[in-house]
Amino acid sequence: MIQESIRNQITFSQIAAAEGLKAGLQITPEALIDQVRESGIRGRGGAGFPTGLKWAFTAAEKSDKKYVICNADEGEPGTFKDRVIFENWADLVFDGMALAGYAIGADEGIVYLRAEYTFLREKLEKCLAERRKKVLLGENCLGMKGFNFDIHIHMGSGAYVCGEETALIEALEGKRGEARNRPPFPAASGYLGKPTLVNNVETFAWIATIMVKGSDWFRGLGTEKSSGLKLFSISGDVESPGVYEFPMGISVNQLLTEVGGRGAKAVQIGGASGTCVPSAEFDRAIAYEDVATGGSIIVFGQQRDLLDVAENFLEFFEDESCGQCTPCRIGNSKLLEGVRLLKKGECSAKYLNELCKLAETMQIASKCGLGQSSPNAFLSIVKHFRKEIFNREPVAV
Amino acid sequence: MLISQHEQTLDQLQGLVEKHGDQRNALIPILQDFRDQSGQITDYAMQAVANLLKIEPSEVYGVVSFYSFLSERPQGNFVIRLCRTISCDMAGKQAVARQLENDLGITFGETTKDGRFSLEWANCMGVCDQGPAMLVNETLYTKVSPEKVGEILDSFKSRA
Amino acid sequence: MTQQATAANTEMIPVTIDGKETRVASGTTILEAAKHLGIRIPTLCYHEDLCVEGVCRICVVEIEGMWTLQASCTYPITQAITVKTHSPKVRKARRHILDLMFSEHYGECYSCARNNNCELQNLAQEYGVDEYRFGHPDLPIFNIDKSSFAITRDNNKCIQCRRCVRTCAEFQEVKALENVGRGNKTAIGTFLDKPLGEVVCINCGQCINRCPTGALTAKDQTDLVWDAIEDPTKHVVIQTAPAPRAAIGEEFGLEPGTPMTWEMNSALREVGFNKVFDTNFTADLTIIEEGTELILRLYKTLVQGDTSMPLPQFTSCSPGWVKYIEHFYPEYLGNVSSAKSPQQMFGAMIKTYYAEKNNIDPKDIVSVALMPCTAKKFECNRPEMADSGHQDVDFGLTTRELAKMIRESGINLPDMPKSDFDSPFGTASGSGVIFAATGGVMEAALRSVLEFVTGKQVENFYDHADIIPVRGFEGCRYVELKIPEEVGPVPAIIQHLVPDWNWIKGATVKVGVAHGTGNARKVMEDIKAGGKFSECHFIEVMACPGGCLGGGGQPIPTNLDIREARAKAIYAEDRAYGEAGKARKSHENEAVLKVYQEFLKEGPCGHLSHKLLHTDYTPRGKYID
Repeated sequence: MIQESIRNQITFSQIAAAEGLKAGLQITPEALIDQVRESGIRGRGGAGFPTGLKWAFTAAEKSDKKYVICNADEGEPGTFKDRVIFENWADLVFDGMALAGYAIGADEGIVYLRAEYTFLREKLEKCLAERRKKVLLGENCLGMKGFNFDIHIHMGSGAYVCGEETALIEALEGKRGEARNRPPFPAASGYLGKPTLVNNVETFAWIATIMVKGSDWFRGLGTEKSSGLKLFSISGDVESPGVYEFPMGISVNQLLTEVGGRGAKAVQIGGASGTCVPSAEFDRAIAYEDVATGGSIIVFGQQRDLLDVAENFLEFFEDESCGQCTPCRIGNSKLLEGVRLLKKGECSAKYLNELCKLAETMQIASKCGLGQSSPNAFLSIVKHFRKEIFNREPVAV
Repeated sequence: MLISQHEQTLDQLQGLVEKHGDQRNALIPILQDFRDQSGQITDYAMQAVANLLKIEPSEVYGVVSFYSFLSERPQGNFVIRLCRTISCDMAGKQAVARQLENDLGITFGETTKDGRFSLEWANCMGVCDQGPAMLVNETLYTKVSPEKVGEILDSFKSRA
Repeated sequence: MTQQATAANTEMIPVTIDGKETRVASGTTILEAAKHLGIRIPTLCYHEDLCVEGVCRICVVEIEGMWTLQASCTYPITQAITVKTHSPKVRKARRHILDLMFSEHYGECYSCARNNNCELQNLAQEYGVDEYRFGHPDLPIFNIDKSSFAITRDNNKCIQCRRCVRTCAEFQEVKALENVGRGNKTAIGTFLDKPLGEVVCINCGQCINRCPTGALTAKDQTDLVWDAIEDPTKHVVIQTAPAPRAAIGEEFGLEPGTPMTWEMNSALREVGFNKVFDTNFTADLTIIEEGTELILRLYKTLVQGDTSMPLPQFTSCSPGWVKYIEHFYPEYLGNVSSAKSPQQMFGAMIKTYYAEKNNIDPKDIVSVALMPCTAKKFECNRPEMADSGHQDVDFGLTTRELAKMIRESGINLPDMPKSDFDSPFGTASGSGVIFAATGGVMEAALRSVLEFVTGKQVENFYDHADIIPVRGFEGCRYVELKIPEEVGPVPAIIQHLVPDWNWIKGATVKVGVAHGTGNARKVMEDIKAGGKFSECHFIEVMACPGGCLGGGGQPIPTNLDIREARAKAIYAEDRAYGEAGKARKSHENEAVLKVYQEFLKEGPCGHLSHKLLHTDYTPRGKYID
């Protein structure tokens, strides 16, 4: 019942299974990490931490045991590219994980797959079994003596916050998925207290690709601070929703032209935790240095009520906040109440101003990325659509 | 010989402990498997698994109540989860929701009297390009429209 | 030398906080460094006794070069940083966090048990909260849980700092309380959100002592006690345990560790109690009964090969510990001394011996116990605690509740004249006093057992009869004591139980002491694994950290310094008994000896003793319906 989502040419199609893994194992772990670093790739999950640096940190830790974790808890509203990657290029992800294992000195990889993607599990298990048969996993992987990397799948149980890497680790340990205090970072003390590398599904697939096509190739694409290509999940009011590959730094305008979304009123970049960009700013670049995204692009046509959008996002966060820290647990409820007041035409300008200041506190005082980013959409909608959100008739009692 | 519900639960859990181990990190896989086998995680099962893993029942409850796919206690054979997040919302989830409620005669969070269908909301399911999306147990339906709801429900009515 | 060694092991990191510079060992938190510099950072979820959680976010500070604020309680300093603890950003954030808490905190300060001793209230004042910016609830959301005999939970006042959860998990390893739910539905709950009275809770009340607000309080029974005092047909007596004396001064603004024993006696009479007794009388009685039971266990097991009374023997004075073992290790209930706790022994004695002696109908006696403890409220309501034919103890009051009654009577406790306890139970021995500290019951028992066996003063073996090895705040202690080769005659009081001491001379007595049920668990697991504690003959367990002086009914706040100050006061009082020529050993307590002559004529562990002073236990396990 699920239909093909791919909408343009995607580089992963050019890469064969194990090709990147074979290439990467030709060089030393140090050289491999250098390659990753030189490619300039940053985390494809959304936070955008330089991947090479993360690998180097985890590699530098001395430990008898380390873990490589693939974050497949793709829960950001509007994103589905990781699902598409697993449906089409699972081998590249596993190649990337094995490369990471080789680079940092880990022998165990775990895929944390969100509960909603249970239907993918069988296929992925089959793929892993195939790889074991071909000695792309398991003892003396690819004939390299002492490199015994294997991967298993751990199912999520339905919690958006587990996309945050320390919450994910807590979940793996059998606990409530609540973000940890950092430092220490997972690179030093992660799963079961061991050095742990957590990367997004797409990041691993790109690493395998970079091993084949070279770090210079990757670096040559995109912008200086946001190198390479990226998959985007496009949904909302467009002619052809689906997964697209674009270079980083693409402008919102260009992107809308490609996907058939011209004439949009606004675009939500980065999902519920991202920013709502109004049409006046469609020349902005989708890149870490401008508007960052893990790939979620939701297009709003002229007919959309952005207060409905803000309400939907805040309902999401009110439910999906892990609930441990005060700003996020209560703050999102307060913002939601405020949006509902606005919808009813019952919110004073003074109170809206207070809520905006509260939202700013949430951004800097919350414990993890969820609370820090949950007010983004609210703030950008209030900032850019003031006229629209205040123009409500009070609801007759 | 008749064995009690509790003994059956315990047997089941012991098997799962053998499969997943008796450490804390086995807790969620055990709960997931138990839910899949039994439909829901019972009060007794939470206490029994705590005992087997040498943790306290409150800790198990803390975990169960945290995760949507563990905490819901749908009684129905078929659990319908409709995505309520933005893209599916814009694609018309509200009309689908109304149709589901009308056709089943229950509201979200409820189970039909015959115990066959439970209706739940879900957050983003990752098929935003094909909304509204709906899961029935593990089967995913995309681009669901109100007129398709009846058809989908009928296909399950004939199953056990 | 030492300093050099420290510097070599731990890197010293320069840090600047609010313009003040210092160097701290790598890994020191910002909060600790600030404290060191004399800079106050407000906290709520932080508690010195517990591991850090970093959830309330009130302690956030600004680190130069970082966009987000950091929780100072969790942030370890590992490289040179510059910190601002009250920049505009920080102040605004703190005020917002308080505003958010107040938007959910329901309950009036005036009617709250924690009025004037509430961390949230203090912060509201400190940060000038003058309005509820994001609203304030008009109505409660949660029902108040009054199901427990000991602890009342009002989640409407909870700010979710999780200190109670950590106390219950880390300190006590009971885990009655847990974080449940997710998102805005997250709350502190229990297994299946059942009432506290129905789940595995040991009533220790340690959660109350660490709650920053009034969300957790002891079940208040002062109104009922006032009713009794005001009822002319009732004879209201109060027994007072040793731990409250060392702490109640804190309720009246005195430094921790200021004893108020004699002032309190006068105050209690002023409040309206007809008689004021010293629980130490039955502490001494407990030593005789429990000590005799120990001798019997040893004799039966080691000499007669009778395994009906297993070793080690566990103490039974702490009702938190008793309920803990009933839930967690019911298979070891046979090891728990059958002797009742001093509170319950006194209860039984008051409504029998005392009633008879004074010609009072026991049904007209209201027996109140002042305890440092919330679990005592549960203990006195145990159905089996009615051996006098009535409920032996009617009310267990905490130190905090009694302080409230004293204040309500217009009394400033430190101003009261000193007075002694009432007869016939009089003043007890110093051994009774030290029951309040961890290791105290063990020390008291050893003082008597050593003298029983050797026939010599214990001062011959330990200076001033201070058995130092069993003292201290270490979580689990294991101590070996050598019984001398030379033994004395068996004292008359227990001659009918053992013929001589030859079987024990030269033996090594192994004892253990644990405080906090988390430490008790360590001891129990060690016993199960056949470790050194399994070889012990006698083990003292107190459910609360530091023993009764750190009890769940004691003044708030609590921390290690406060508990140590209270312990100091306790041991000083024991010393003072010696210096004043009063008895320091339980078997020297004249009133106790008189009771055995007049009333418990068959002696310790005799028939009447068993009826009134001993009890049995309920294997509870952990499953609930």
